[in-house]
Amino acid sequence: MSEPVAVKLTAKDFKSDQEVRWCPGCGDYAILAAIQQFMPELNIPRERTVFVSGIGCSSRFPYYMNTYGMHSIHGRAPAIATGLSVSRPDLSVWVVTGDGDALSIGGNHLIHALRRNVNLKILLFNNRIYGLTKGQYSPTSEVGKITKSTPAGSADAPFNPLSLALGAEASFVGRTIDSDRKHLQSVLRAAAEHEGSAFVEIYQNCNIFNDGAFEQLKDPSTRDDYLIRLEHGQPITFGADGRFCVVHPPGGFGLEVRDTSSVRPEEIVVHDATVTDPAYAFALSRLPGLDLRNTPIGVFRSVDRPSYDSVVQAQLAAAKATVTETPEQQLAGLLGSGDTWTIS
Amino acid sequence: MTKQIRQLDRVVIRFAGDSGDGMQLTGDRFTSETAQLGNDISTLPNFPAEIRAPAGTLPGVSSFQVHFADYDILTPGDAPNVLVAMNPAALKANLADLPRGADIIVNTDEFTKRNLAKVGYQTSPLDDDSLAGYVVHPVALTSMTVGALAAHQVSKKDAERSKNMFALGLLSWMYSRPYESTLRFLERKFAARPELVAANVAAFKAGWNFGETTEDFAVRYEVKPAKMKPGTYRNITGNAALSLGLVAAGVRSGLPVFLGAYPITPASDILHELSKHKRFGVITVQAEDEIAAVGAALGASYGGSLGVTTTSGPGVALKSETISLAVALELPLVIVDVQRAGPSTGMPTKTEQADLNMALYGRHGEAPVAVIAPRSPSDCFFAALEAARIALTYRTPVILLSDNYVANGSEPWLLPDVESLPDLRVEFATKPNGEDGTTFLPYLRDPETLARPWAIPGTAGLEHRIGGLEKADKTGDISYDPANHDFMVRTRAARIETIPVPDIEVEDPDGDARVLVLGWGSTYGPIGAACRGVRQRGLSIAQAHLRHLAPMPANLGEVLRSYDKVVIPEMNLGQLAHVIRARYLVDAISYNQVRGLPFTATELETTLEEVLKNV
Repeated sequence: MSEPVAVKLTAKDFKSDQEVRWCPGCGDYAILAAIQQFMPELNIPRERTVFVSGIGCSSRFPYYMNTYGMHSIHGRAPAIATGLSVSRPDLSVWVVTGDGDALSIGGNHLIHALRRNVNLKILLFNNRIYGLTKGQYSPTSEVGKITKSTPAGSADAPFNPLSLALGAEASFVGRTIDSDRKHLQSVLRAAAEHEGSAFVEIYQNCNIFNDGAFEQLKDPSTRDDYLIRLEHGQPITFGADGRFCVVHPPGGFGLEVRDTSSVRPEEIVVHDATVTDPAYAFALSRLPGLDLRNTPIGVFRSVDRPSYDSVVQAQLAAAKATVTETPEQQLAGLLGSGDTWTIS
Repeated sequence: MTKQIRQLDRVVIRFAGDSGDGMQLTGDRFTSETAQLGNDISTLPNFPAEIRAPAGTLPGVSSFQVHFADYDILTPGDAPNVLVAMNPAALKANLADLPRGADIIVNTDEFTKRNLAKVGYQTSPLDDDSLAGYVVHPVALTSMTVGALAAHQVSKKDAERSKNMFALGLLSWMYSRPYESTLRFLERKFAARPELVAANVAAFKAGWNFGETTEDFAVRYEVKPAKMKPGTYRNITGNAALSLGLVAAGVRSGLPVFLGAYPITPASDILHELSKHKRFGVITVQAEDEIAAVGAALGASYGGSLGVTTTSGPGVALKSETISLAVALELPLVIVDVQRAGPSTGMPTKTEQADLNMALYGRHGEAPVAVIAPRSPSDCFFAALEAARIALTYRTPVILLSDNYVANGSEPWLLPDVESLPDLRVEFATKPNGEDGTTFLPYLRDPETLARPWAIPGTAGLEHRIGGLEKADKTGDISYDPANHDFMVRTRAARIETIPVPDIEVEDPDGDARVLVLGWGSTYGPIGAACRGVRQRGLSIAQAHLRHLAPMPANLGEVLRSYDKVVIPEMNLGQLAHVIRARYLVDAISYNQVRGLPFTATELETTLEEVLKNV
């Protein structure tokens, strides 16, 4: 075995020898480059990093990372990663998935991984379309979307991935955008530092089948008025000169956007990702309209809750602490336990 | 009063009652006492899928049959010599299985007008002559139990619930069983409630003393210990033995055992048992569904654990896609299928062998796996070790086909010496294996086993990616090359086909048999008992039993072709017979039953004699 390398790793160290084969112009390239650049700062050796994916364009991701990786089957990455993470607490396990993989065929595994708080970093590349199967609507596509499988428009109401994750008891929930490398890395950094499941939705452009799905959030002429950049401890304002803000409307359940000039400064909500009650983060997740106005990005929620892995390992450690015999002696004792009799 | 003592060589008792009457526990305890005495034993529980079907109805009847003898026995017995019927439903549901002359002990307290009406008795069978052919012992079990506990600090309900211990006490007296283990068991079971220990012990003793004093039971029986190999024994069910086999596989391989499971009858007991063994480093995850269960097991295998998933037929169907992934990834994985009657939900608590086709063929693409089947409850221990050995050595999924009959049945088990168990240690890859000394080739195979290196995450310098896409030979890179795919498909097939498995052995004590009975899995006992019966009539017959169904033993074709006729009894519509015909061009005679029950030795004996007549 080669000795652990003490030298500082760079983005190049995280690039595998495989040719990247997404469509030219795909948002996945930007995410890959951002992650390869960001990984070295975690100071986790490459061999202790594992990327597990399902099926879909995004799920080719592990092939391009020079770490350990598994490209598995449709929707099952969180389940496979659960087995790996729980049995190998020394590893940093990342799940790369898409809107179809995570929310449609693999919906069950996603919500249960979040509920258990398995120590996984789950990156959901949301392009609101099925890319690899060439353009059917996905569980995040808007109602009425015309695709190959819905020529008259989709009749399905979409999921809001962050609302779903919060409903599934996620302890860390964030959102970012493929094209904003700095922001993407800042959210991933926070996710990596979180103990337990970290769920990050990454808005990702599919320039072939759903081009411009998030254009208003990227176009310099609209993005400032559309995006709400959440920063922990800061009042939530956005738009040119902070002309919009988020408030708790009196008598209401959720949050609303107002003109900053129309409210008193103390009425503006100060963002706190550590609020125990998920209702706050949920309300944030419900702010955007169908036109993507008022889309918060950043860390919505980051609360402390024991990870599933740590609880399982603690139970193992407690059980093993009482052992004084060799495994063979223990086994002989186990086989001969209960009512036995001897024939001479 | 001194009772007459009569010696018997074998007895079959069936305890039957409402599913809330504690018949499984009663049977279990009687079995344990019998084991202590040194008889050979075989048991068969039979219970409804409903936890509590409406009280007193036929669907709610639960029973436990125990066969014990002073010689080695192979089955739980075709027909009971004694039926303990705790209510009219239990009598009605089981009467047809009793031969004339059998003893019936009935709890008369439950033979009320209402209970009789529930199961369609117009008059009480205790009062008319419908039981004339049997020896009926009417016992007021409930009221005598309540009476015996009058001075105890327990509720009437708890007193009534102790009636199964009264019945156990009576039967223990009747068959001269040692009862110390039952008293110890009661102390453990009710440790938190001493008043219940006292009540249950009192009920047991009341039953024992009733046998001793009442004139209704004039005879007491003895069954002498069987001649068994020296050593220490315990009584064990198939599910328990299988669980211990998996723990043993962990110890002998030095790897942590990881079980991913979703509760399903009749496999859940393996999850329960393994969850107790954390001190061995066993991790159990009760997953959100069957797919996640096998997925987590595969993920753990990838990380260097012995990944195991346990289920029944419907669960295997759901796991099929992940098993194919494991075939492509070439990682160890043990899939335990405790078969039950299907299709669909079928009869979850009844036995069947109808998942063989699914185990052999039930995946997409050319996805061969190894398949093995235990032949008896205690054999489940060794089958689990063998499944682990194949999975770890050849980096392949292995399907272990148990079934409800062996899983819940029990027999005495001669405890093995731990050091005699197979050495399952494996070596993980630790350094690059390419010719240049720096490259790691995840699909460069061991020329002998065709296994690829198992390089687990955490190993520096061996970072690599695997996946479900077809891989290039040696490098494991994604490949759509036609010749490579053809090569990889054939290599995966050869990998399984060339696993060395022991030759099949033939039992033909007369040495001149012209008919061979071939079986697999849990039919070993009934087939063996039937063959004994045939031979006792002076006829010759050979028996061979398959443990390895994929790959099959190398000598099987030769063995099959050396007999005039081959009979294959199966609890399905001929799935093994189909394979045998296709692979070996042998015109096997398929004998099938799918009634949710094991074969009786008698019916198999009759079938075999018919075949012998026509040779």
